[in-house]
Amino acid sequence: MNGVHVACRLPLADFVLEADLTLPGRGVTALFGPSGSGKTTLLRCVAGLARGAGRVEINGECWQDDARRLFLPTHRRALGYVFQEASLFAHLSVRANLEFGLKRIPAAERKVGWDAALELLGIGHLLERGTEALSGGERQRVAIARALLTSPRLLLMDEPLAALDARRKHEILPYLERLHDELAIPVLYVSHSPDEVARLADHLVLLEQGKVLASGPTGEVLTRLDLPLARDEEAAVRVDAHVLSHDDAYQLTCLGFAGGHIQVTRKALAVGARARIKIQARDVSIALAGDNRSSIVNRLPARIVGFGDAAHPAQCLVSLDVAGTPLLARITHLSRDQLGLVEGMTVVAQIKSVALLG
Amino acid sequence: MHLSADDWSAIRLTLELASIVTVLLLIIGTPIAWWLARSRSPLRGVVGAIVSLPIVLPPTVLGFYLLVLMGPQGAVGRFTEALGLGRLPFTFPGLVVASILYSLPFVVQPVQNAFMAMGDRPLEVAATLRASPLRTFFTVALPLARPGFITAAILGFAHTVGEFGVVLMIGGNIPDKTRVISMQIYNHVEALEYGQAHGLAALLLGFSFVVLLALYTVGGARNTLGAGR
Repeated sequence: MNGVHVACRLPLADFVLEADLTLPGRGVTALFGPSGSGKTTLLRCVAGLARGAGRVEINGECWQDDARRLFLPTHRRALGYVFQEASLFAHLSVRANLEFGLKRIPAAERKVGWDAALELLGIGHLLERGTEALSGGERQRVAIARALLTSPRLLLMDEPLAALDARRKHEILPYLERLHDELAIPVLYVSHSPDEVARLADHLVLLEQGKVLASGPTGEVLTRLDLPLARDEEAAVRVDAHVLSHDDAYQLTCLGFAGGHIQVTRKALAVGARARIKIQARDVSIALAGDNRSSIVNRLPARIVGFGDAAHPAQCLVSLDVAGTPLLARITHLSRDQLGLVEGMTVVAQIKSVALLG
Repeated sequence: MHLSADDWSAIRLTLELASIVTVLLLIIGTPIAWWLARSRSPLRGVVGAIVSLPIVLPPTVLGFYLLVLMGPQGAVGRFTEALGLGRLPFTFPGLVVASILYSLPFVVQPVQNAFMAMGDRPLEVAATLRASPLRTFFTVALPLARPGFITAAILGFAHTVGEFGVVLMIGGNIPDKTRVISMQIYNHVEALEYGQAHGLAALLLGFSFVVLLALYTVGGARNTLGAGR
């Protein structure tokens, strides 16, 4: 059976972790939630480092099934695990760290090559160094390569960027994106950063107090008004777009997506290149159709799908549909009533700013 | 400083004893240290206390019970006789056995501390890289605990060199068999040969200082030793 199935029940200090998830067998699935919501423990259960009651099956390969009294110890599960903090062996060089897992994999089962892994993570020049001589970002890249070299059937990443400062994070994110684009290994990625999730995840699992609040495609989960994500100050949607053209005179780049196109300040991207963009709810306002004059360049026809509560009682969230692409707008209750906005109405979504992810 | 043939014999015997005991202690002490560092068994406290007993026990008490146990009426004594090995008291092998028990905590504690200091993480990482628990022990845990082993070896060796009470009780004072340096010093003093005693005593004093100097200056060892107390 394809896909990743995880059923897990484990009593923890403050709550019971209870999850029953069916996740896509490829791409990046983010386990997202506040600190102490059980994300890491769930990941450890999948790895066999913690033992919950239930079942774990990865693309047809069963690692745990309590019904059959099956529990493979961690070292017999074909997984890669990247820990939050650098976890390189201090007594080994970078090369020996990389070889540690690789040499236990029979040649016939090696799917990720030595050169490919070094190139993917950009660590070829670090091989002969000791681990002490590496920066935090370099260590984490070596740790990721070390995990990849075991040709895992599932890659587990526990907030691999959390221990790094902002600059190092931006140094590693592109490597993670390449991982996503170039390898067909499913990834479970634990994070509490909305930005990382928006940037990397195809599928999103929302955890709170050990319970699964939602599990679905990232775009859908991010815009669901009944979830705490939409109420967050940073509530945003992610749109997968690609570069349509550049405007040299005005220094703008035109990005196309399923619901139309959008203009952003000129980006150094080739025409046709993929671009993930993030549009925050606070940067989207709503106008009635008709008057086209505004300083805001991006004005897209949209249909109102529903309303939800925002964090502040003065405001509400409007869920919009732009020809199939969901969008969130945060406006005041006052504006809603003055404009007479109701469900099903066609309006103009004015997008004040767009952030390019990566 | 003049050392007699008897003195040299005692020195040779002492070094031989300490070397054998240190090697055996590292082999025996490592699994005990590993178990003490990682087990969650309720017996952990009891075993830890038993292993540490020689630190507080007068060596004569330990020696006395060993003498009783290994003697003709003792359980160990009957066992060794049944095996055709004879009795252990007043023999070199008996001295080895006694020294192992006497110096055990000095080897177990630094190694146990080193195992505890590395935490679970390196072992978990090894497991995610497909290393079996046994392989992880040899390729990750042992190398990472190196400073602890160095401290343990030095302390185990030095402590065995310096023992007196246990040897007195179960080893006696047999030249070339059980007469170690500390016994020889005692003999010299008994015979009022203060000059001779002084030669050997100074030797031990210097040796002890050099050992501790090495422990406190070699990087890493200091922490392991400090944590052990």
